[in-house]
Amino acid sequence: MATSTFEPKNRLVRWVDQQLPIFSLLHGSLGPGYPAPKNLNYFWNFGSLAGLCLVVQLVTGIVLAMHYQPSTAEAFGSTEHIMRDVNYGWLMRYVHANGGSMFFIVVFIHIFRGLYYGSYKAPREMLWMLGVVILLLMMATAFMGYVLPWGQMSFWGATVITNLFSAIPLVGEDIVTLLWGGFAVDNPTLNRFFSLHYLLPFVIVGVVILHVWALHIPGSNNPLGIDVKSPQDTVPFHPYYTAKDLFGIGVFILIFAFFVFYAPNMLGHPDNYIPANPLVTPPHIVPEWYFLPFYAILRAFVTDIGPITAKLQGVIAMFASILVLFILPWLDGSKVRAATFRPVYRFLFVILVVDCFVLGWVGANTPDRVLIDLGDSTFDMLHLGQIGTAWYFLHFLVLVPVISRREKTKPLPESIANPVIRPDAHAVPAE
Amino acid sequence: MKIIKAIKTAFAATILLGTGSVLAAEGEVELKHQDWSFNGAFGTYDRAAMQRGFQVYKEVCAACHGLKYIAFRNLMEIGFSEAEAKAIAAEYTVPGAPDEFGDPTERAAGLSDYMPSPFANEQAAKASNNGAIPPDLSLVAKAREGGPDYLYSLLTGYEDPPEDFELGDGLNYNAVFPGHQIAMPQPLFDDFVTYANGPEASVDQMAKDVSHFLMWAAEPKLEARHQMGFKVMAFMLVLTILLYLINRKVWANVKKKH
Ligand code: HEC
Ligand code: HEM
Repeated sequence: MATSTFEPKNRLVRWVDQQLPIFSLLHGSLGPGYPAPKNLNYFWNFGSLAGLCLVVQLVTGIVLAMHYQPSTAEAFGSTEHIMRDVNYGWLMRYVHANGGSMFFIVVFIHIFRGLYYGSYKAPREMLWMLGVVILLLMMATAFMGYVLPWGQMSFWGATVITNLFSAIPLVGEDIVTLLWGGFAVDNPTLNRFFSLHYLLPFVIVGVVILHVWALHIPGSNNPLGIDVKSPQDTVPFHPYYTAKDLFGIGVFILIFAFFVFYAPNMLGHPDNYIPANPLVTPPHIVPEWYFLPFYAILRAFVTDIGPITAKLQGVIAMFASILVLFILPWLDGSKVRAATFRPVYRFLFVILVVDCFVLGWVGANTPDRVLIDLGDSTFDMLHLGQIGTAWYFLHFLVLVPVISRREKTKPLPESIANPVIRPDAHAVPAE
Repeated sequence: MKIIKAIKTAFAATILLGTGSVLAAEGEVELKHQDWSFNGAFGTYDRAAMQRGFQVYKEVCAACHGLKYIAFRNLMEIGFSEAEAKAIAAEYTVPGAPDEFGDPTERAAGLSDYMPSPFANEQAAKASNNGAIPPDLSLVAKAREGGPDYLYSLLTGYEDPPEDFELGDGLNYNAVFPGHQIAMPQPLFDDFVTYANGPEASVDQMAKDVSHFLMWAAEPKLEARHQMGFKVMAFMLVLTILLYLINRKVWANVKKKH
């Protein structure tokens, strides 16, 4: 796909490139040799932002690990030591802790971008699935990272979430024992979580490389969702998108810095400044904000169905809510990618976004909080969570498959360079 | 084994489903919001207030509460001179190195020592406090929703309980403490301490000062953070504007779609 081949002028560069074509690789993947659709909007900035977040987490995390002690006796104190005595330790920790949140904001926007513009569809299914793998790895990494400072939420969050695995039939108990390295969340648990929290980000780096590789096969999707048809539709990645990405990074750092310097604990929970205490259960155990919608789905199931306990249903649903994204490319049968040209899908997309916010709100609240008092009965958070959960799965498993095969889409523009809709153009027929 | 599993499941289910009902049932309480000097993007601590707050901590709260993440050397950060910090440290004794026979010794604390906690262990703390443990105060300003506003409201929140309120044995009514029953007796009364040169030591003033001091104890790097924040934001703002202009220039030659 390269628009120009790489011919280095500098002799040293040429010599290196002949034996290890690393400059050619850069030229063809981020340089002038990579043609990108010229109509990408700012939602296409979030991929490079996610990459930045990963690097920031790696760098700050490695510095934190130089001062952190992964033992139950010292973890909390060593985190305070970082905050108080290590030079710029407070900066490293606040960047890392808020960086986790920023990473998830960026990745969620990145994912919803894909959902809106149909980036998960052919020929980008592999790219999309690799992205879902990254999301899963990020969730595991962030969950284990949150345990490391060994505050009350660290401990109780770890207890609640690891306990979920006990719902798995036959092997559940053994899995939990393995996760704990014993019979309760304790020192061995903290040790293995630290080890894995250090390892997984590097696994993420590996999958990100595959993700970007898979991106470079078909190239970027675009806001019109139509294929690139001629060189007129594209611009070289450098300088066009390097400039645009850098501007996006500037805006992002401003927002990130606001949190780090002026509201560093806003996204955290006060209870995590209380050292872990296995004998005192906090009145209200909540995960980090980015897990709240999943937490709501987990808690939406309250009735045992024969041998399938409510807990097991919740666990299955929680994992299914992400796994369903793997098969989304095949659930959605529409040939048209961008929601702009799919009025019904577009409407459903908006509802899905609202649904995710509602689920997040439910996850932050206690299930028995009464929302509407109906006299003899009440409509609680639990019920809202159940409706939200039902809608989530209805969206992916029923509505999208059905409407994508029925929906009458709007006529597509001729090309990216000439985005007019010809009078004789007709809608792409449904399958 | 079955029963263990059942208990575990029930335990997890309770955590999952039952938690927070206490909080939710109690509803939110109004905190008395204060105009702290450390609020806002340019906020700084007030040295005089912190020194008075330290005095309140030392003369009142330290009887029950530790402050274990604060070393005597840190007192120089709130405006005490090195000599003053040393003199304060010398009022405390800490365990020393074993003597030549291997017996434990005690020595006066120095700058590098941390504030000793009042109780040897949790049991001792419980025994003297009606079964409740007075928490270490080093981080309490960050460990409660509302932070310093909560601390101030708590310390000034002791009132007579409403008529129908059933107060537990040895507990005290407090307007903002979750559940309104706190094991800590009202710690502050007018003129409990004598400020060397400063405002009158009213309950209100002492509560404000000690909350200010405890905020510093929890977040000693706040001033450095605010200062660096300003530099970073200013630099990034200029850089971002430049990047915006560069981006516009780069794209100027691409034929616009519409
Ligand atoms: C006579 C002992 C005693 C003194 C003196 C004392 N406290 Fe307490 N304090 C306690 C006990 C006991 C608790 C635990 C209360 C409970 O859990 O019900 C407590 C709890 C607290 C809490 C935590 C409340 C919460 O939200 O959990 C704060 C904050 C606090 N004290 C601040 C202070 C300050 C500031 C002073 C000095 C002005 C002080 N205390 C003096 C015994 C004391
Ligand atoms: C995918 C990237 C990563 C994510 C999403 C992530 C997330 C987190 C989170 C949410 C915390 C808890 C922060 C807190 O409340 O204090 C944490 C803590 C920690 N992380 Fe990471 N992290 C990542 C990468 C890394 C890496 C690469 C390292 C080191 C090699 C690392 C080392 C640490 C350490 C030592 C802590 C404990 C200290 C602390 O709590 O601040 N992290 N991480």
